[in-house]
Amino acid sequence: MFGELVKGLRTTLKYMFRQPVTVQYPEVKRPVRERFRGRHELKRFADGSERCIGCSLCAAACPADAILVIPAENEPDNPRSPGERYAATYEINMLRCIFCGYCEDACPTNAIVLEHQYELSFYDRRASIFTKEMLLVPEDQGHGEPPPVLKQIERRPSPPAQIDL
Amino acid sequence: MDWIALLILIIQCFVIALGVTTAFAYLTLFERRLLARFQNRIGPNRAGPNGFLQPVADAVKLFFKEDVVPSAANRAVYLLAPAMAVIPAIIIWAVIPFGCLDIRGNWQACFEPQATTPLQNILQVAEINIGVLYLLAVTSIGVYGITLAGWASNNKYSMLGGIRSAAHLVSYELALACAVLAVVMTYGTFSTHQIVVAQAGLWGIVPQFLAFVIFMIAATAEVVRLPFDLVEAEQELVGGYNTEYGSMKFALFFMTEYIKLIAVSAIAVIFFMGGWRFPGLYTLGAGVENLAGPMAASIAVGLASLGAFLLKLVAFLFLSVWIRASWPRMRYDRLMDLGWKWLLPLALLNIVYTAVAFVLIPNETLASFVLLALGVLTLVIAMGINRVPKPVDNVTYVKDLKEMG
Repeated sequence: MFGELVKGLRTTLKYMFRQPVTVQYPEVKRPVRERFRGRHELKRFADGSERCIGCSLCAAACPADAILVIPAENEPDNPRSPGERYAATYEINMLRCIFCGYCEDACPTNAIVLEHQYELSFYDRRASIFTKEMLLVPEDQGHGEPPPVLKQIERRPSPPAQIDL
Repeated sequence: MDWIALLILIIQCFVIALGVTTAFAYLTLFERRLLARFQNRIGPNRAGPNGFLQPVADAVKLFFKEDVVPSAANRAVYLLAPAMAVIPAIIIWAVIPFGCLDIRGNWQACFEPQATTPLQNILQVAEINIGVLYLLAVTSIGVYGITLAGWASNNKYSMLGGIRSAAHLVSYELALACAVLAVVMTYGTFSTHQIVVAQAGLWGIVPQFLAFVIFMIAATAEVVRLPFDLVEAEQELVGGYNTEYGSMKFALFFMTEYIKLIAVSAIAVIFFMGGWRFPGLYTLGAGVENLAGPMAASIAVGLASLGAFLLKLVAFLFLSVWIRASWPRMRYDRLMDLGWKWLLPLALLNIVYTAVAFVLIPNETLASFVLLALGVLTLVIAMGINRVPKPVDNVTYVKDLKEMG
């Protein structure tokens, strides 16, 4: 009996001289995993143009209906994106978002990526809607060349899509 | 009593009451930080530098919480119970000598068993010749507050907690008192100051090792600390007797518990660890007197003794937190078993040892060491006899039932 008691005391004393495992959160932030799904970012190409071409596939893929995309036609002499259209409005409601990453999978130009920022708190519901300006990365942080299939801007005006059968 | 003496007494009372309350507040911080370290955490370190203002934050929070009286409670007793618990816990401190600071510069009087000039020690509120009896009496009174709180709340968990505390106290009070009695027999005095003075050579732990062990176990049970905190076993009793209490009334119970913890640690220091004494204290006094006169010597001895006392106290508190971090709670029947079948007989045996040793062996130092050897031997034998019983297989199997028809 006595031996067990001493053993218990010795164990706790040993632990006392170990380094605490606590991470002091606001000052020290533990790095997240590479594939962590945090807040979305709208990416750019290396030349600074937006990757998003306003196709709304992300909104269609979203199971929580958190994404709103309103596309607009690019001006030929001042295009925002390499495609025909760009997203005039791009909003994500962070209260609805479930961070599943389906939008990432759906995006044909890899424009939307769930990045590592996870500190998403707000004081009112209105603040939970992240607009395009908040999501878009700065112009000098683009990467990659636009694929040739998007470089059809010279052929404008393009024929309208044959949808009225 | 002239008015200066009265003024000093009032200041002493204020300082000790407030000091003890502050000590309670910082003991909670000490315990939380230390427990955290035992569990590989950091503990509260946000309020103020290194969490130093955490007790203040806790106090503010408790003061501003809503004060609810359950509608089925006995209102008068319910409101009175916290006060009945906390007042004895604070007045324990009246007879505890924190040190020895003679305000008239007569520092040698601290070391004389029979002081020729009456000592004016301002580090002890009341030097009374039945101090030990007072300690035992007052520590026991506190249980009324707890039991009444359990009864007045009109809640089965509180009630069970209250009943357990009463049963608990009756079981352990006897062993505690017997252990203390052996100390009193050793030093031949009931005065706490005289007991400290008498520990000039060997500290009390040497002649009374067995009493020390019994005292530590019984005192831990007395202040319902782990491993004896059956009174507020969260898993069984929600919160025990204070389940229905909130806000500052709960804080008073909390305060009672911690102040009593500090108090029994202080009592253990006084009885077994030489109180405010440490080797070289007298030399320090003599040296300072040669340099700066008797008044400075008195102050130096006073502060040094106070420091030594507080250091020993903190060591005991550390032990208490360490035990809390390490050991699980005892089962209720084992608790009663330990109290009645082991601690009480051992304490009685210790009284016999003490009486026989001091009568048969005239040399006190030799008697002390004989007692130490006897105590250790008795403990070893007791631990050898006390085997934890194997669990009895009293499960009824279905096949047995079938065989029985």
